[in-house]
Amino acid sequence: MTGTEKLLALEGLTKAYPGVVANDDVSFSIAPGRVHALLGENGAGKSTLVKMIYGLVRPDRGRMLLRGAPYEPHTPHDARNAGVAMVFQHFSLFEALDVAENVALGMENPPSQRQLSRRIREVSEEYGLPLDPTRRVGELSAGERQRVEIIRCLLQDPKLLIMDEPTSVLTPQEVDILFETLRKLSEEGTAILYISHKLEEIRALCESATILRLGKVVANCDPREKSARELAELMVGQTLHTPTRESTAEGDVALELSGLSVASSNPFGTSLKDVSVSVRAGEVLGVGGVAGNGQDELLAALSGECLAAPDAVKLKGRSVGQLGPNARRRLGLLAAPEERLGHAAAPDMSLTENALLTGAIRENLVSNGFLKWGSARSFAEIVIERFDVRTPGPEHAARSLSGGNLQKFVIGREILQRPEVLVVNQPTWGVDASAAAAIRQALLDLAAEGAAVIVISQDLDELMEISDRFAALNEGRLSPPRPAKGLTVDEIGLMMGGAHDMEVAHHGAA
Amino acid sequence: MIRLEKRPEPSSLWTAVTPVLAVVLTMIAGGILFAALGNEPVIAIRTIFWDPIFGEFAFYYRGQLLVKAAPLILIAIGLSLGFRAGIWNIGAEGQYIIGAICGAAVGLAFYPANLWIVFPLMVIAGAIGGFLWAMIPAILKTRFNTNEILVSLLLVYVAEAILAWMALGPLRNPEGAGFPGSRNLRQYEAAANLELIEGTGIHWGVIAALIAVIFAYVLLKRHMMGFHIRLTGQSPRAARFAGVNPNMLVIFCLGLSGALAGLAGLFEVSGPAGQISIDFNVFYGFTAIIVAFLGRLHPIGILLAGLLMALTYIGGEAAQSTLGLPAAAIQAFQGMLLFFLLAVDLLTNYRVRLGREGVA
Repeated sequence: MTGTEKLLALEGLTKAYPGVVANDDVSFSIAPGRVHALLGENGAGKSTLVKMIYGLVRPDRGRMLLRGAPYEPHTPHDARNAGVAMVFQHFSLFEALDVAENVALGMENPPSQRQLSRRIREVSEEYGLPLDPTRRVGELSAGERQRVEIIRCLLQDPKLLIMDEPTSVLTPQEVDILFETLRKLSEEGTAILYISHKLEEIRALCESATILRLGKVVANCDPREKSARELAELMVGQTLHTPTRESTAEGDVALELSGLSVASSNPFGTSLKDVSVSVRAGEVLGVGGVAGNGQDELLAALSGECLAAPDAVKLKGRSVGQLGPNARRRLGLLAAPEERLGHAAAPDMSLTENALLTGAIRENLVSNGFLKWGSARSFAEIVIERFDVRTPGPEHAARSLSGGNLQKFVIGREILQRPEVLVVNQPTWGVDASAAAAIRQALLDLAAEGAAVIVISQDLDELMEISDRFAALNEGRLSPPRPAKGLTVDEIGLMMGGAHDMEVAHHGAA
Repeated sequence: MIRLEKRPEPSSLWTAVTPVLAVVLTMIAGGILFAALGNEPVIAIRTIFWDPIFGEFAFYYRGQLLVKAAPLILIAIGLSLGFRAGIWNIGAEGQYIIGAICGAAVGLAFYPANLWIVFPLMVIAGAIGGFLWAMIPAILKTRFNTNEILVSLLLVYVAEAILAWMALGPLRNPEGAGFPGSRNLRQYEAAANLELIEGTGIHWGVIAALIAVIFAYVLLKRHMMGFHIRLTGQSPRAARFAGVNPNMLVIFCLGLSGALAGLAGLFEVSGPAGQISIDFNVFYGFTAIIVAFLGRLHPIGILLAGLLMALTYIGGEAAQSTLGLPAAAIQAFQGMLLFFLLAVDLLTNYRVRLGREGVA
């Protein structure tokens, strides 16, 4: 820390939930105008910590000082009055309302809509975040929605801006532009607390970092002086295992999509438009793209939850577009959706029942409509054992597992059914680093055994690590796939749909 | 400070204990209610819960218990399957009425032929009548996405209107001196659903209710259909992913509950009630909703809840005649039962913590 001035100081903050200490004696401070990173794995206690700063959660012990004075926000309202603003990872916007109305809803005393629209235009131009106040939020891209949230905060002229995983919904170009905005803010004296687990971003943006592991501060450092690997190992507390793969011979075409168009079942979803691609046996196809560009719809169209024209989806030459999920499973096309609880698995059902959920057909867990509980249980036990799922036993409910363990169960359940083609959406979202590495390795092993694997993900590092070829979804269209090796970040960004006109704004503002 | 804390898994202990706790709380609150009405609470509770089974006139009441419980159980079993899948058939009362009308009409059509086939045909007609009446909300839901709660409920009133028309018109007893109501099926041997064993109250409806309990138990525990029903109720999206066709499930659940309600109506009209009359229905279809929830939507639970509910009916009537308790007090008492059950139900998924949020 340079200088003695502190905007916000945390001293010995402790917060416990039943069975887990989310934050244990956390102390650090943020100087005005600094971009300070808060780094840690899922479950390290980052969210709890920022919730305490933002007045959503009260600490059990410890205190906070804002500009030297005791700071005890009881509600986010108190926090905002003290000059602390926050942009959440999950947006709290009403899709049916327009931008200005959404901004007004978050304000204590909103001015008239016309004045507010003018203010929104001014702020968006000043910080290079173009936004039309009259557009309906439902029509905006994820990146644009984030701008609504950011502008809502900036209108309050905050001294400290908390950003929770802001880049997970952005293309690389949009990330660059966001960083320019954040740097401009920090030059003007606004401190930024930047929460992420993306190390390269933090090294590019932040001047200081606090690393949390299991609720404790394990290091304070300047991220620019550390390598990404060093930071990761501080986060995880162990040396990381990088997945390895052997290159495999090109197999026959296992899955072919031609002119696949499917309307989204969600009114604000993205319809798939003329998606064509083929995947060979033994190959991993990575599908990138900003969230909300048709990922869920692509998975549904492949799993059979959404039906399409028969010829639009071909499995080993056979038309399957009109078949439902179980008919496709029978033929060897398996899928693992993004949402673990409530889609890939039923939260209140036991793991045995969840094994039955997709395994009934291929694992022969049903005879004449009657369930073979013994077989289902042993299948669940095999998944638990082979994929190192931490649970006392298969009779426990899916929701009692941590996110990472349930994800291992879900992926393992599909992989152990020996698919011909496996489609996974966000296989490592919210999963700790070692579990993520295990899942990626399992996907690579599956491909090495001759299955075709489609990995839909928003984690570009993950896709570059395991894909043979890479394609990007942009507004429901799939770019032609390109070999993943040698692709630059710029090229990937362009495939993902560029920056949604943001450069222009920045040049205009500069 | 009292706080509620979500359990990581539903507690199996509390799942079993909550109905008992609800009954105890109902007895306490009911006792206070009866005391406020100027009755001796202990005697009132004993009159309702104890005397019908163990009292002086138990030989009469015990048979009545099964007669009352059978339709409740039969209907509640059907409803529980739909409720588990998140398909809300609130109109069992209407399906019950239509089943009774269809079954009775078939029986009356054969009058006075004494053929063995008459009663089986009536049973089939009763089931089909209830099934078809339930198909109206089912098809409207699957084709036009209407709300089955509203459609099935409103069809109850249509069914009541049809019942009145039938009792006054097409099914009226031609030898009944112009009084509304059909011929008494109890007096028509081929169509009568009489006690199978003297003095027990067991008629064909009781047998059907027991079969339904076993059927539902096996379906839910061991059959893929039951698994899909439970899955759809818990996570509709996961159910689609598992290959469940939601429309098929709506047809199945509404159809089955309609058919069972229709059967209950048929057994009632050919047995205890005896005839189609304007006031034939006594809200078994609505009370069965309480029975289904009181029994935790579980077949065995419903069996016990149906018996308990029948007991409050019979005991309530006894209390009305011997203690002079008003009928409304008995209804309030039955309502309390559902109220307390839903309230303590919270403890299955949450635990109560006293004191401040502590450091674990």
